[in-house]
Amino acid sequence: MATFKNQTRHVPAISTASLPDIVFMLLFFFMTVTTMKDTDLFVENQLPSASEVSKLDKKDRVIQIYVGKPKAELLSRYGTEPLIQVGEKIVQMDALRTYLLEEISKRPEELRNYLTVSLKADKEVKVGIVTDIKKELQQLNLLKINYTSIEDPS
Amino acid sequence: MGRTRENPEVHAGSMADIAFLLLIFFLVTTTIETDMGLDRKLPPDIDTPVIDLYERNVLRIILNKNDELLVEDEVVPITKLKQVAINFLDNGGGLKEGAVSCTYCMGDRNPESSDNPQKAIISLNSDRNATYGTYVEVQDQISAAYNALRERESQRLFNKSFSSMEDLYYAPETSEASKAVLKDQIEEIRSMFPMKLSEAEIQHSNQL
Repeated sequence: MATFKNQTRHVPAISTASLPDIVFMLLFFFMTVTTMKDTDLFVENQLPSASEVSKLDKKDRVIQIYVGKPKAELLSRYGTEPLIQVGEKIVQMDALRTYLLEEISKRPEELRNYLTVSLKADKEVKVGIVTDIKKELQQLNLLKINYTSIEDPS
Repeated sequence: MGRTRENPEVHAGSMADIAFLLLIFFLVTTTIETDMGLDRKLPPDIDTPVIDLYERNVLRIILNKNDELLVEDEVVPITKLKQVAINFLDNGGGLKEGAVSCTYCMGDRNPESSDNPQKAIISLNSDRNATYGTYVEVQDQISAAYNALRERESQRLFNKSFSSMEDLYYAPETSEASKAVLKDQIEEIRSMFPMKLSEAEIQHSNQL
């Protein structure tokens, strides 16, 4: 018992009162450096560059369509022709309409007339596939589109 | 008693305040990354009646499958397209009751080119095999032409830059009263150079 008493006297407990704060600080650090990655891309997506761009904010009224060649690791599965990716899946041109209708019905009713389609097409794809998508959008009355590109200040 | 004298506790009460300060600092300085791009509006999917246009009011731009640009059947490098489009839009060659119909145009007033910016239409025809990157570049150049002309008029009339007016209009902190003023001004400038970009097939006709 005497030895125990000696021990407690020489090694006092470290105060843990500040531990929560340190943890909070770490939490905040990670909160700030984290960027939300909403979709895994299956297609190449090198956006073209443009200088006269405008911002595309208000994410709740934007539908995104990715177009591009399949990623290198998926080439054996999908071939080399450009594909359309919406959400988390690859769709064919004829299934695009179903997806878009689904997407429209998911949005709140008051926003449905203000939906913008963000066309994120790889700069190497042909205009033909983009034209086909635009025709689909026209038929669904989704008339506001945005050729999403990288801002090029020149 | 002996223990506390040897190891005085670090005062931890202010730790939370420091953490909050950091949190607020990052909250204020963080901007969420937004996508940028060229906004366009597609024509509605209805059969539009045939509209007769004078050939001089149409600037025909063709992007062929080799990514070459033809403006009125002449090869033009993409970097020159902005100037070509400005010359066309700003021509103001039309006459109305003996006077020029576009008083603010500063172009050549060539009777072979567009009458006024309200009538001027840019027709873009791109081959299905053209590259999308080039297509966006062409769209960008056309936008640049309109923006340059709108900018010029905005500086002349209101002594303000058009893009800053637009930014201010869409900013949430702008008051309703100043928004109404801005809206009128922006619409005035837009109506001076309305963006008329057609991607539909335009037919030649011998009647005009």
